[in-house]
Amino acid sequence: MPETRVLLEHAEDPKLRTIDGYRGHGGYASLEKAYRQMEPDEVLKELEDSGLRGRGGAGFAMGKKASFLPRGDMAKYLCCNADESEPGAFKDRELMQRNPHQLIEGIAIAARAAGAGHAFIFIRGEYDLQADILDEAVAEAYEAGFLGANILGSHCDLELVVHRGAGAYICGEETALLDALEGKRGNPRLKPPFPAVQGLYGGPTLINNVETLSNVPHIVGKGAEWFRGFGTEQSPGTKVVSVSGRVKRPGNYEVELGIPTRELICDLAGGPLNGCELKAFYPGGSSSPVLTAEEGLDLPYSFEAMAEAGSMLGSGSIIVADHTVSIPHMALRTARFYHHESCGKCTPCREGTNWTVKMLERVVRGEATPMDLDIVASVQENIIGNCLCVLGDSMAMPVGAMVRKFRDEFERTIAEASGSLAEPERIAAVQAPPEAIGTMP
Amino acid sequence: MSDLPPQGLPVDPAVDRGRAPERSAQEIPELHEVGCPDELREEIEERMSRYPDRKSASIPALWAVQRRYGWCTPEGIRQAAAVMRVTPAYLESVASFYDLLHTSPVGEHQVHVCTNISCWMRGADELLEAFAEAAGCDPHEARHGALSADGKVFLSGFECLGACDIAPMASIDERYFGPLEEGDAARAVEQLVAGQDVLPEKALAKRGLAGDA
Repeated sequence: MPETRVLLEHAEDPKLRTIDGYRGHGGYASLEKAYRQMEPDEVLKELEDSGLRGRGGAGFAMGKKASFLPRGDMAKYLCCNADESEPGAFKDRELMQRNPHQLIEGIAIAARAAGAGHAFIFIRGEYDLQADILDEAVAEAYEAGFLGANILGSHCDLELVVHRGAGAYICGEETALLDALEGKRGNPRLKPPFPAVQGLYGGPTLINNVETLSNVPHIVGKGAEWFRGFGTEQSPGTKVVSVSGRVKRPGNYEVELGIPTRELICDLAGGPLNGCELKAFYPGGSSSPVLTAEEGLDLPYSFEAMAEAGSMLGSGSIIVADHTVSIPHMALRTARFYHHESCGKCTPCREGTNWTVKMLERVVRGEATPMDLDIVASVQENIIGNCLCVLGDSMAMPVGAMVRKFRDEFERTIAEASGSLAEPERIAAVQAPPEAIGTMP
Repeated sequence: MSDLPPQGLPVDPAVDRGRAPERSAQEIPELHEVGCPDELREEIEERMSRYPDRKSASIPALWAVQRRYGWCTPEGIRQAAAVMRVTPAYLESVASFYDLLHTSPVGEHQVHVCTNISCWMRGADELLEAFAEAAGCDPHEARHGALSADGKVFLSGFECLGACDIAPMASIDERYFGPLEEGDAARAVEQLVAGQDVLPEKALAKRGLAGDA
C-alpha cells in the first residue's frame, strides 16, 4: 500500500519551507477562512467534529482538550510541544524541517479556537536546524500579517515565540514543559489543576503536539467530514509513522490509521535486513509495551487496536528488533534512558529506574537469579500510576512486557553470562561454605 | 554523653553544626559589578521582552552565555543574572538541569553520538569507540563526556537525538549527520579540527524523504 500524504504532501519541494512556496501550494487559505469567515466557536466545533486525536502520545481528542479552556477575557496561552525526545520518534523533526508554515498556520487557527493571545513552540534544544527554520518561518508569517496584532482585521492578536529547550526528555511532559517555559528546572507539576485551567503563568493553556497542530489547517480547510474519510472510526486521519531499528528503509511514512502494521514494517520500511528475522517491535515509541512479531504484525495500526493488544500507539514510532537483538540488552538500554532522564522528583520513578538498571545489569552480567526477574517485574508494577507524571511508567511498561514475554531469553542470558552454569548448581554454590566456593570453576 | 564513636548509621555533621550555609546566599549582582558586554546584555534583554514574564528567558539567556564563553562560566552566569534581576544561584540551578548547558569547560567543538535503542541496534557503541579513538580520548569516559587529547573536541554519548532514521548518527556542532560508518569518525574529527565542512554528504539537512527514495 502506498503512503497517504496529507501532512507530508509536497514535502519533497525544498521551497515549501518558505512562505511563498507554502502559499503556492494553497497554504494559509485555512487561516484566512478561520479568521475572516468563522467565529472561534465554529473553528472549535470543526476540530471537535473531526475527532482528531493528539499525536504526541496520549491520543486525547484535540478538540475536546481545547473546549476545556474557560471562556472569558483572561490571558490564555497555547504551547506547541515540539520537545520530541522519545526514543524512536522523529516525525515532528521532519514536519518542522520540511513544512514549518503548516505548523504555524495550525497554531494560529488553534489559538483562535482557544482564544489564546500568546503562543510558544517549545522545541528541543538538539533540533538546532529545525529551530532556525522555524525562526525564519515565524518572521515571514509576521511580515505577511498572519501573526501579530489584529490578524487579517479580526481584532485578534497572536504573538508566537520559538523557545529552544536545552536537552531534557522530561520537558516533553506537558507540565514540565510549562515549568521549563517559565524559566525553571523542568519538573512536572501535580495534576489537577490541569493546564487547560491553570497552566502557563497560571493561565488557561492549551498544549498540543506538532503533528496534531499540523493537521489543523487541513481540517479547517477541507472540513471534519473530509478528515473522517481517512482512518478508522476511533482513529480518524492519517499518521506520520517513524519506523526505525533493524529494517531496510528506516524513515517517516504517512499512512491512514488502521492499515495493517505489517505493511508499515515490511512494505514501506522494506522489512527486516537481509538474512534477518523479525522478532519484536515497540509499536509506539520506547514507552510502549513491546509486541512480538507474531502478535503484532497483523494488527491494524490504530489507537484502539494497539490498546486492545495491551500496548499503545503512543507517538506512532515503531522500533523493530530482529533475531540478532538481545531483548535483555534492549531492556537495559531502555531502562538506562529513563534512569538518565528521570527528574528525581517522585521516589518510585527515581529509585525504580535506578534499581531496574542495576538489576538488568546483573542480568546481562550473569549475576542475577531467576528470582531477580520477579523482582524486576514487581518493581515495574510498583512504579505504574504512582508518580506525578508518566516517565516512570514509560519505562515500567516496556520493561515489564519484555520480562513477561521473553522470560526464557532473560533466563538463558543469565545462564550463558554466568559461565553456562545450570541454575540449581549456582544456588548450591552460593549456599556452600566458603572453602567450597574457592573450588568453583 | 560518651566519647565512643557512634554506632550504627553515620551522623550527618550538620546535626551538631546546624544547617546554616557556610557562605552567605548570593544577592542579585548589580550590572556595574559584573562587566557584562553590551551585546550580551542586549541579547538577553531582547529575549526577556518576548515573554510575559522575564524569567522565561533563563534558558535563552544561558544559551547566549554559552555561545559567548563556550560554556556557562560563573562570570557569565553572574552577568546574565544581573541583566535578568535574578540570583546567580537561580540560573545555575537551571543550567545544571539541562544536558546541553555546560557548567564546566568543554571543547570548541562538540560531538554527541546517539547511543539509544535504534542507533545501538545499528552500531552506535562501535561508532562512539571510533570517535573516541579518532579524538584520542578514553572510550569509557566518552560515554558520559570526555575531551579530546588536544582539548578541542568534546565527545559524548547521548540519549536519543530524534534521528533514528539515520542511525547510527551523531550531532556535530549542533547539526545532524548519518548514517555514519566507523571510518567516518576519523574524517569528521579531522575536518572539525581543520575548520572544514564536516561530512557534507552525510548531513541530515540534505536528505530526501524516506518514501521517495
